[in-house]
Amino acid sequence: MKISVERGVLLKAVGQAQSVVERRNTIPILANVLIEAEGDTVSFRATDLDIEVVDKAAAQVERPGATTVSATTLHEIVRKLPDGALVTLADDGTAGRLTVEAGRSNFSLATLPKEDFPVMASSEYESNFTAAAPVLRRLFDKSKFAISTEETRYYLNGVYMHVAESEGATVLRCVATDGHRLARIDADLPQNAENLPGVIVPRKAVAELRKLLDDDEMQIAVSVSETKVRFATPEITLTSKVIDGTFPDYTRVIPQGNSRKLEVDASEFAKAVDRVATVSSERSRAVKLALDEDRLVLSVNAPDSGAAEEELAVAYSDERLEIGFNAKYLLEIAGQVDRENAVFMFNSAQDPTLMREGNDQSAVYVVMPMRV
Amino acid sequence: MPSLCRTCFSQFNDASRCPVCGSPRVLSHPELFELSIAHMDCDAFYASVEKRDNPELADKPVIIGGGRRGVVSTACYIARIKGVRSAMPMFKALKLCPEAVLVRGRMDVYVDVSRQIRTMMEELTPAIQPLSLDEAFMDLSGTEKLHGAPPAVMLAKLVRRMETELGLTGSIGLSHNKFLAKVASDLDKPRGFSIIGEAETTDFLRDKPVSLIWGVGTVSREGLAKAGIRTFSDLLRWDRKDLHARFGSMGDRLWHLARGQDYRKVTAHEPVKGISNETTFHDDTNDLDLLDGHLWRMSEKVADRAKAKRIAGRVVTLKLKQANFQIITRRLTLRDATQMADRIYSTARGLFDAIGDKGPYRLLGVGISDLTDEDDADRAPDLLDPDAEKRSEAERATDKIRARFGKDAITKGRALR
Repeated sequence: MKISVERGVLLKAVGQAQSVVERRNTIPILANVLIEAEGDTVSFRATDLDIEVVDKAAAQVERPGATTVSATTLHEIVRKLPDGALVTLADDGTAGRLTVEAGRSNFSLATLPKEDFPVMASSEYESNFTAAAPVLRRLFDKSKFAISTEETRYYLNGVYMHVAESEGATVLRCVATDGHRLARIDADLPQNAENLPGVIVPRKAVAELRKLLDDDEMQIAVSVSETKVRFATPEITLTSKVIDGTFPDYTRVIPQGNSRKLEVDASEFAKAVDRVATVSSERSRAVKLALDEDRLVLSVNAPDSGAAEEELAVAYSDERLEIGFNAKYLLEIAGQVDRENAVFMFNSAQDPTLMREGNDQSAVYVVMPMRV
Repeated sequence: MPSLCRTCFSQFNDASRCPVCGSPRVLSHPELFELSIAHMDCDAFYASVEKRDNPELADKPVIIGGGRRGVVSTACYIARIKGVRSAMPMFKALKLCPEAVLVRGRMDVYVDVSRQIRTMMEELTPAIQPLSLDEAFMDLSGTEKLHGAPPAVMLAKLVRRMETELGLTGSIGLSHNKFLAKVASDLDKPRGFSIIGEAETTDFLRDKPVSLIWGVGTVSREGLAKAGIRTFSDLLRWDRKDLHARFGSMGDRLWHLARGQDYRKVTAHEPVKGISNETTFHDDTNDLDLLDGHLWRMSEKVADRAKAKRIAGRVVTLKLKQANFQIITRRLTLRDATQMADRIYSTARGLFDAIGDKGPYRLLGVGISDLTDEDDADRAPDLLDPDAEKRSEAERATDKIRARFGKDAITKGRALR
């Protein structure tokens, strides 16, 4: 194999691939990226056995072929090369080395046989549709903060993507929860997505997917089966196993009858929460909300460290309510609001609270109060 | 060289027998009257108490421990001649010493006796750190003026008093820090009194195995052996930085201990670090119902103790021992600390299920750690488990009933399995 690629193109392609590689891994081949050159393209393939990413780039292919080298080493080298350099990758096929040449720099890297590289088996996808990058970006960005890290409830370690009914319309929905808070985000159902099987997209795949979604104009081809999900742009194909488990029935968790409504400027609210939480105990981070007519008093009382209080003008007309929350959870859900006021719907100090942006039912958050 | 008679407590210079009473039990050491950190360890404590209370056992090998499947908690010195050791599985002990008299421990009696010894120690110094019912560190620094005698004399008197008043013997280790005091008390058991002075520390340690260090068990011994560290002289060859890099905070401690340095204080109140409970089954089991029953009972015991101490834990640990003695431990850090049996149980059960079927098991244990005040616990209910709050309330109500009508007044069906 011998190819020449412009440094910037190479950096992007290798960068995407190497981020999938697990830093600490015991199987040497999994630290490598599979480089395949054919026609006028080169592809870089990396995997951690759960996720596989293939990144294609245009290249001058002098001699087609394939080999594998350490993904991080190759990435580091390319990163340090000067911008605009033409990089030549060549393996001699016998010595087990890949040479990397750019200008007067010359590297020789150990390779492993391409036959040893585990290529993810292709599968039949039941559902294939196309979604605009901003749509997927919103679905995953607004839900991923609620993904659980608790390994015993592994089925919560991802975003549940499925088709649902909302106010008479069929929507594409993403839900994530860790048992303390929940995010439910809807988008218009893309064409041909009706028969999408509900799948739990693992946390790492969500993070990798995000890198495909920066371009507003990009259309993402989505393919879903019971066991795998694939997101593809013309250059990059990200395939991930989905979490083999049943996502809990989240609809029971979303309160329907909460009637005490608080409307507040989300960013003012978040800043105030952040300020008073400064003195909260490191562990509980508890903040108390005391609501009276059009008045919200946020307070923290931590016997060990101190106390804080701040008053906010809000719209509230129900009877007095005192309720406690973990400050971090409040900050995270308030951070999801970007256009209108945050609307909180309370029931009692023990019941789950609902939050949404203005009257927008397409992004709903639930947070569990804590005893204060 | 300063010397002390352990029989009549006379002090004199160099003699193999006491010039006053003629006793051969003489202590001689250049630093005899300067050292003040001591470790007192009763000799075969539980067994000695049993023999004292039942003279028929006096010349028989006695093993204290639970059941056929349990472990030896104490073996008397006669049984030890046959090779029986503490913590040895009972079946093995009985193979080595089939004629042994097996006695189920009488914990309440041992606790009483331990208290009596403790009272005697308190007359010597307030700085006592009990390690268990039968051993404790004592710091006698600065007590010489008060007692009109150096620590060595007071310690010799203490063990003498234990013999005459309680009919029990103990061994004393006297040195300049806790590590060496503990090592010393073990040198001359039973009825021993050993001294490791500051001047001889490095020579003394040089060829000793690192397993001498309290807390270096089989596992860390293997880790050390892999690094080529078997004796203290091996340890001395290591750079402090390298030890730290390889063994973490333990490495720092090893570096100091290799030089006989140990700066830990004798503290009366060691804070509780965790609460746990474990049980060894009569027969290895894979029976999920049975294991689940044990899991619940142990979670309940742990919760009871946490509630009694008004504390809660953020980390729940599950411990399993497979039939081949392989130990599996799994832990989970909770977002919200707990002292509720229900949450400890369901967390431990989650950990158990995640292990998959690797049984049969011979031991099951549940514990909580990373402790915090109970006011900081059980504050955030689980969104996905709306019934948890009801179960919590039921548990609080159950606790009240049991506080009033006794422990068995009400119990979960699950606990009967």
